[in-house]
Amino acid sequence: MPRATAPRTAPTRPVAATAADPHDVPAAPVVLLTGPEDHLADIALSSLLARLRAQDAQLERTDVAAAGYLAGQLATWASPSLFDERSVVVVDGAEAAGDAFVGDVTAYLADPSPSTVLVVRHRGGNRARKVLETARAVPGAVEVACQPLKRDQDKIEFVLGSMRRARRRMDADAARALVDALGNELGELAAACDQLCADTEGTITAEDVRRYHGGRVEATGFDVADAAVEGHAGRALALLRHASATGVVPVLVVAALASRLRTLAKVGAERGRSADLARDLGMAPWQVDRARRDLQHWSAEALGEAIRAVAQADAAVKGAGPDGDFALERAVVTVATARGR
Amino acid sequence: MSAAATAEPQGVWRDVVGQGPAVAVLAAAAAAARSRLARGGGTTQAAAAGAEAAGMTHAWLLTGPPGSGRSTAARAFAAALHCEDDTAPPGCGRCSGCRTALAGTHADVDVFATEHTQIRREDVEPLIAVAHRRPSLGRWRVVVVEDADRLNETSGNTLLKSIEEPPEQTVWLLCAPNVDDVLRTIRSRCRHVPLRVPPASAVAELLQRRDGVDPAMAEFAARAAQSHIGFARRLARDEGARIRRRDVLRLPSRADGVGRAVIAAGELVEVAQEEAKAATAERDATERAALMRALGAEGSATPPPAVRAQVRQLEDDQKRRARRSQTDALDRALVDLLGLFRDVLVVQLGAAVELVNGDQRAEVERLARASSAEDTMRRIDAIRTARTRLAGNVAPLLAVEAMALEFVPARPGPRGDR
Repeated sequence: MPRATAPRTAPTRPVAATAADPHDVPAAPVVLLTGPEDHLADIALSSLLARLRAQDAQLERTDVAAAGYLAGQLATWASPSLFDERSVVVVDGAEAAGDAFVGDVTAYLADPSPSTVLVVRHRGGNRARKVLETARAVPGAVEVACQPLKRDQDKIEFVLGSMRRARRRMDADAARALVDALGNELGELAAACDQLCADTEGTITAEDVRRYHGGRVEATGFDVADAAVEGHAGRALALLRHASATGVVPVLVVAALASRLRTLAKVGAERGRSADLARDLGMAPWQVDRARRDLQHWSAEALGEAIRAVAQADAAVKGAGPDGDFALERAVVTVATARGR
Repeated sequence: MSAAATAEPQGVWRDVVGQGPAVAVLAAAAAAARSRLARGGGTTQAAAAGAEAAGMTHAWLLTGPPGSGRSTAARAFAAALHCEDDTAPPGCGRCSGCRTALAGTHADVDVFATEHTQIRREDVEPLIAVAHRRPSLGRWRVVVVEDADRLNETSGNTLLKSIEEPPEQTVWLLCAPNVDDVLRTIRSRCRHVPLRVPPASAVAELLQRRDGVDPAMAEFAARAAQSHIGFARRLARDEGARIRRRDVLRLPSRADGVGRAVIAAGELVEVAQEEAKAATAERDATERAALMRALGAEGSATPPPAVRAQVRQLEDDQKRRARRSQTDALDRALVDLLGLFRDVLVVQLGAAVELVNGDQRAEVERLARASSAEDTMRRIDAIRTARTRLAGNVAPLLAVEAMALEFVPARPGPRGDR
């Protein structure tokens, strides 16, 4: 297709939008919220809206889902109005957008309206990638990376950061306790921070966190399996209850138990250096070392009994028994008490 | 009584081995069906009415253990219904009706088989439409449903009305391992014909005659496959299958400790996975290529967005198929092990019956010496539990591990106090 005018930017030059902190998003012709973590995107959107409203209280806001987009709609929402009011168009779910959306946005971004802020929420994946690439090339574009916080340290930073913004002080122990209790969901963590600020005075301590969130522990199937294999029946049971209360399905617990016991059995059957063994069995060396430490307390018979109990629990969980949860608890107790026999 | 009941089966019934009584019933029904058609044409009314009472009906349920030849029997029956040679009893095996029906190319015979674990409603709905078509050659419209035990409640009930009252010239033939495996509502609307486990000698004879296997190998394969015709044939013709079987049978002696048992179990499951993969990988690729061609996306590495949903559906289907073929392979291995311990028990009890695994006599005797009959019974129970668990979707590896642990020889000393 012949071009009437030369492109404003050379296509070969790598282009990147200005990265912004979710808590401080500047106004820009186009704002990208990319990444799977919805809570960060929510924060970014509210900070942007607050800023725009401060500039113009008459801000006109349009919310759309990209999946249901019909060709031509964007022109209606984003065209300048008679009185030159500011407007913001928030497009959610661009990762599921169709061709019509991609085409319209690309066309719009070639010459964005000066009074409109276009916000595009894209959770990841290759669909509608073109929108992101075009938008990043727009001068002044802003991108907020909404990546999930994986490490506990990052989550603690997040908690402490929200405390700083709320002008409150919090002990490091308290932050850690809060992450232990609610670390799986960033939104919950943020809500808990707000709640703690509202309910307490002065510096927030670990004691405060325990008072409000003490009963809750986020356990995984592996935590349960570790406790059981190490012989702590009571702790394993408590973790199992916590795990099922926070939505871990029984099948995952069974799988974790089975895989832990399987490692023990395989390592127990072999001699040799842990590094060689790890390679032969397809495990990490630390797994082999840990299994060897555990094996000092496990006899072959006990191991066999434990594996049989877990197999039976798996059958019960899959519907062969009257009560899968009970069967699983029984298996956990059997495993924990088999150790040291 | 027709000749089929007593003498060697002839014509289309030739490959339905060792099933005298069932063949007699089906042959009589085919004769009755022929005279009913003839009466429709306006001749020999009285004779026809009598023959009809002897047994043609519109819905049949053929049951028999896996490998007993249920679908072969169903095809033979379909062929007999379409036999065009009026001078002999139906099922001459020579006319074009017989031959096309046996070969699966007859226009009025539809065979439905599934490679998934369940037959879904979407699968059976087209069958109902087929069943309501008039037979194009004027005889019978035959719909064969293999694996009717895989009908779930929804799909079974979808077929119900059509099985109960099909159009005048439609016949449903359902096949299942056991009457109890079929939905009760379906069962009550069918005439039941049980097949039995054919004698090993009959299976061996079939392998020699049909597949040209030499007598010694045919005898070995029929016995080792415990008269499962399909597996006997595979054992007789596929070296890889014989090696896999030998490996499977070696599992009990390799499981001489808890750790070794777990490792051996892992290998058994892996072998089953590989067997399943070998069986499906090539087909998966061909099917995918064919679909991409049909969608006009040939040659592109990743499917374009517009057709991705269809490609994904195919992949899901293939995954389900792979899953079933893996479970089937594993179940087959467990049946082989059952046969082995059956032999061990035979030796331990000194029973005067032939061994299933005659070729493994040394191994059988070693196991028999090393354990008591009580141990053997416990192991047989463990294998059966594992089979039930596999059918109940328990993680295959875990189920097999729990089973292999029972093969671990008891340590000398007090152990029975558990």
